[in-house]
Amino acid sequence: MTFEQNLERLEQIAASLDRDDLSLEQALTLFEEGIAKLKAASAELAKAEGRVAKLVEKAEGVFEIVEGADDRG
Amino acid sequence: MKAPGGSPEEALTIAELTNAAKEVLEGAFPPIWIKGEVSNFTAHRNGHWYFSLRDATAQLSCVVWSRDTKRIPAPPDEGMQVMAHGQISVYAARGQMQFMVRAMEAEGEGLWRKAFEKTKAALEKDGLLDPARKRPLPRFPKRVAVITSPDGAALHDIISVIRRRNAGVEIIVIAAAVQGETAPDSLIAAIDRLGRWGGADVVIIGRGGGSREDLWAFNDERVARAIAASAVPTISAVGHEVDYTIADFVADFRAATPSAAAEAAVPVLAELIAGIRAIGEGIQSATEMRVRDAGHTLRQLSRDLAVRSLRTVERRRARVQELAARLETLSPLATLARGYAVALNEKGGALPSAALIKPGMHFALEMRDGRVHATADDVIVRADQGPKTDVRKQRRPSTGAV
Repeated sequence: MTFEQNLERLEQIAASLDRDDLSLEQALTLFEEGIAKLKAASAELAKAEGRVAKLVEKAEGVFEIVEGADDRG
Repeated sequence: MKAPGGSPEEALTIAELTNAAKEVLEGAFPPIWIKGEVSNFTAHRNGHWYFSLRDATAQLSCVVWSRDTKRIPAPPDEGMQVMAHGQISVYAARGQMQFMVRAMEAEGEGLWRKAFEKTKAALEKDGLLDPARKRPLPRFPKRVAVITSPDGAALHDIISVIRRRNAGVEIIVIAAAVQGETAPDSLIAAIDRLGRWGGADVVIIGRGGGSREDLWAFNDERVARAIAASAVPTISAVGHEVDYTIADFVADFRAATPSAAAEAAVPVLAELIAGIRAIGEGIQSATEMRVRDAGHTLRQLSRDLAVRSLRTVERRRARVQELAARLETLSPLATLARGYAVALNEKGGALPSAALIKPGMHFALEMRDGRVHATADDVIVRADQGPKTDVRKQRRPSTGAV
């Protein structure tokens, strides 16, 4: 699951929990799922692999990402 | 001294004269700007444009060679006031003075506007400007592609803004020419590469500020169509706040500047973390509340249950007491109290019939104030009252009475 999907699910869970039409059991199941998604999303955020690179097409349809494109920042 | 054309013998050929006139004219006038009203405009099949420029008292034949038409945003309209830049010359075949136009502008940017509106109308017709086509940008892109000049200020701005907002985001630069005649093809090729690569979550296409001509590639219809067809959500970022290009209309999101594009593409990491934390807290507190509510309900129910069972016990007790009172009145004890006796066998069971007693049998008499143990001496069963045994007189062989 992508970060975005995790986040969307988390928001759904939060919205469902705010409604009153859930049984306690349903609420607890959702809560557990929410905590798992929360962990996954936070772990995703902690991954810092940012870089600036350049996309180069070696041959038709063969791509290479070359590190250190002009990052003058 | 005889000069060429000075006598019938020295007559010049037409070619000699027109070529001489051409040289004189071209030598006398460097490339210049002229202005006038367009008339008799013809775009010839061979790609050249022919027209006249005139004013109240004069007119001049003009030509735009096909290779030069590409630098002019749109063909001028009949009657349009234009400024043309070019070289005055002579067209020998017709013996005509002719102005070779290399660039053209109209009053009030008329040609640019015309080209812009024309492209816009063509895209509109194909539904490419429909706001419903615009896709939402990914909320958390991991890889942002940037199609721009690798040497431009725009790239520098985009990289530094993205870095500041979220250092974890990967920036992939796809180099393209963003101005000049090669720019449209270069941009289209970059968009095509981006699509075939397929690794980006969102793409920023743009460049920094420049003149109208510098930005013109972003008004190119083919570039616009390539942007519209991009599988990756697009953010246009061309020039400054005030610059609107066709690319802005077809992109999923129009950013006023390259920096604004970077802001639109990448959320601030700290805000993202805070948002997730807030959701987590929301989930937690909603669940806690739910559990608390359930506990409350449970306690309420158990209280209800206790009250109800107490009531039930009490109702039953009252019923028992009532029954006991009724039983009292029916009790044989009450009969005994009136002076009667009840015969009991050895096990304490009642002997309600004489037929149950055999002569010599031990039995007891329960009375109001005590019990008498006795032995049957003689038993007489009355025929009309006894159980279904034979009617007879039973006598005990020997022993005496009570």
